[in-house]
Amino acid sequence: MTAKEKLAIPPQPMPEQEPAVRARNMEEVALGYTAEMAKREASRCLNCPTHPCVEGCPVKIRIPEFLAAAAEGDFARALAVIRESSLLPAVCGRVCPQEKQCQKYCTVGKLLKDASKAVAIGRVERYAADNAEHPAAAPSPRRGRKHVAVIGSGPASITCAADCARAGHGVTVFEAFHRAGGVLVYGIPEFRLPKRIVDREIENLKAMGVKIVRDFVVGRTAALPELARRFDAVFIGVGAGLPRFMGVPGEELIGVFSANEYLTRANLMKAYREGEAATPFWHGRRVAVFGGGNVAMDAARTALRLGAENVSVIYRRGAKEMPARAEEVRHAREEGVVFRTQENAKRIIGDADGKVCAVECLKYELGEPDQSGRRSPVAVPGSEFTLPADTVIVAVGNGSNPLISATAPELAVDRKGRIVVDEATRMTSMPGVFAGGDIVLGAATVIMAMGEGRRAAAGIDAYLKSKSGGG
Amino acid sequence: MARILEKTRLSESVYRMKLEAPLIAKGRKAGQFIILRTDAEWGERIPLTIADADPARGSIDIVFQTVGVTTKRLSAMEVGDRLADLTGPLGRPTEITDYGTASRRGWVVVVGGGIGVAPAHPIAQAFKAAGNRVTVIMGARTRELVIMEDEMRRAADEVIIVTDDGSYGRKALVTAPLAECCERAERPDEVVVVGPPVMMKFAAAATKPFGVKTIASLNSIMIDGTGMCGGCRVTVGGETKFVCVDGPEFDAHQVDFDGFIRRGGTFRREEAAHKCRSGLFGGGEGSK
Repeated sequence: MTAKEKLAIPPQPMPEQEPAVRARNMEEVALGYTAEMAKREASRCLNCPTHPCVEGCPVKIRIPEFLAAAAEGDFARALAVIRESSLLPAVCGRVCPQEKQCQKYCTVGKLLKDASKAVAIGRVERYAADNAEHPAAAPSPRRGRKHVAVIGSGPASITCAADCARAGHGVTVFEAFHRAGGVLVYGIPEFRLPKRIVDREIENLKAMGVKIVRDFVVGRTAALPELARRFDAVFIGVGAGLPRFMGVPGEELIGVFSANEYLTRANLMKAYREGEAATPFWHGRRVAVFGGGNVAMDAARTALRLGAENVSVIYRRGAKEMPARAEEVRHAREEGVVFRTQENAKRIIGDADGKVCAVECLKYELGEPDQSGRRSPVAVPGSEFTLPADTVIVAVGNGSNPLISATAPELAVDRKGRIVVDEATRMTSMPGVFAGGDIVLGAATVIMAMGEGRRAAAGIDAYLKSKSGGG
Repeated sequence: MARILEKTRLSESVYRMKLEAPLIAKGRKAGQFIILRTDAEWGERIPLTIADADPARGSIDIVFQTVGVTTKRLSAMEVGDRLADLTGPLGRPTEITDYGTASRRGWVVVVGGGIGVAPAHPIAQAFKAAGNRVTVIMGARTRELVIMEDEMRRAADEVIIVTDDGSYGRKALVTAPLAECCERAERPDEVVVVGPPVMMKFAAAATKPFGVKTIASLNSIMIDGTGMCGGCRVTVGGETKFVCVDGPEFDAHQVDFDGFIRRGGTFRREEAAHKCRSGLFGGGEGSK
């Protein structure tokens, strides 16, 4: 096929549940390509000489190579290529912000002068991950007697644990919750990332010989220094995990939730299965979600699915500045979520019983670009207006959880409580203790956390080798 | 893990259980709590305080009242059964100070209301062990609901029991003997209150005029117990605090108890509906 012929192949749309239907169920929204669609989409790749997509990928998956295999229908080989760089293709194919990473730089999108017409790399990745046979995980042979403790079981920790096990080290994962998977199980909803996919990855880890200890809170059940003594190396991948509130009056009212709480109830605790789950859930009719990231989208769409009559997402910057994945914003809009940009809460208003009944908001103008490069929002004086709401969900990000650092004074953290690591080795100020993911980066993405876990595992392996080499 | 080793029914709706939990038994300190689940698939995470621990045996004691779906299920479990999950110890331990000086022993008053007597027990023990004289004030609605009296008598120098209906001890609320303690010539160095939010609110009001340092141990809505959900937030001195990681103990004179009490009722309607479905209030199992 010539380049011209390839460019003429129309992008393959993702089959999806109808918006009106899916807005009322918890099933996955995007249904996945058929084999034929995956092959056709993969064959749109020009295999251009510079492959800028690889540069755009935080873990540098050899994208043109896996697409070429997929175009030939050899999905097993495609998946093998992906798995060399990425441990969680079924997850990343679903939740990566491809339009800001690989697909942003795709030559096809550039030639067609429309980034949304770039090769749908993530969708092909997902097809391969969901459908291709790949060898079942086997116990990794142990080399030496070193044992690594991994704290947390989200994407950074899963990746670090797997890489350490592959390097021949014993690995024990400590998870605070009753179920492993971190944000993949408590945060990202079933309709975007089915839990069975996460469970499969956890089962793979176990099959490799990784031990998973649940219900173990490092910083409480045992302090970090104790783990550091008992294990040869430690990786901290606990995520950010301390929800920020807006700091406006009324956030203590009944009906105001952090997105973490709202989503954890619905996802991890399965409160969407009313009558079966013991965890109670707040069924709002008029829901106001504050924030513009993926978490805000997840909360808004969960509210719709659990019976809300109207759901608004309120974001203080403009639509262009919204950090959420483009697809999540589109899905939310199709499902009936109302977007109110350049607005923000001034105060939350309660009724006589202390329950939320409205939010007083202000309109915002966009001023000069701030440190993040985005135009900074400035409140318009006198622009107050009232939005009726019985539920307010705050999705404005997370701060650093102090639980571990509070019990390990020798662990260096920055002004924001993020753990400071060596750029090259990912080691913290404590010898043999490494860290990665949101607890180092602040809020980031699943794939960035994975990349961090991988770099830390390399650092750990080098550290353990140097230790055994030295005696 | 987390096998039930002993089970005692203390009253109509109050149970005490000894749970196998070696790590928690070894590490726990006064004032800390645990989170447990009874059912692996659909279970809810509920926080419960630790009433006692035996590091040698590797066990902890919990005391709970059957007020919701999970405590009801827990009460139906028997010796030998295993919990689905048990996590802890959570929360910051009580700050234990020896208030003694060269001329006098320190004096700490520990107030426990209802099943709040259970978490008050290790707190009283710890203040006593540090060298203070400890007075315990135990309040209950009626005689049948007075729990852990013998253990408290062993833990404290002085025990004052009050019941709302006068069926045992003195007929009074805990605030009456508490105010009297504060009126004595030598005031208490510290008061710790654990119990129903309304009781803690009035206990705080009782000590405030005397300027006696008063600590309240809050039990709030909570999911993870590690700071992740923010459901347990409470306003203390105008600032938002998380009970699970900043608490559970706070300066009682700074706690916004009205806000705390309101938030405690967030899921009242949902829970009432659930109780009906699960037969807690006579709706009968399977009456969905």
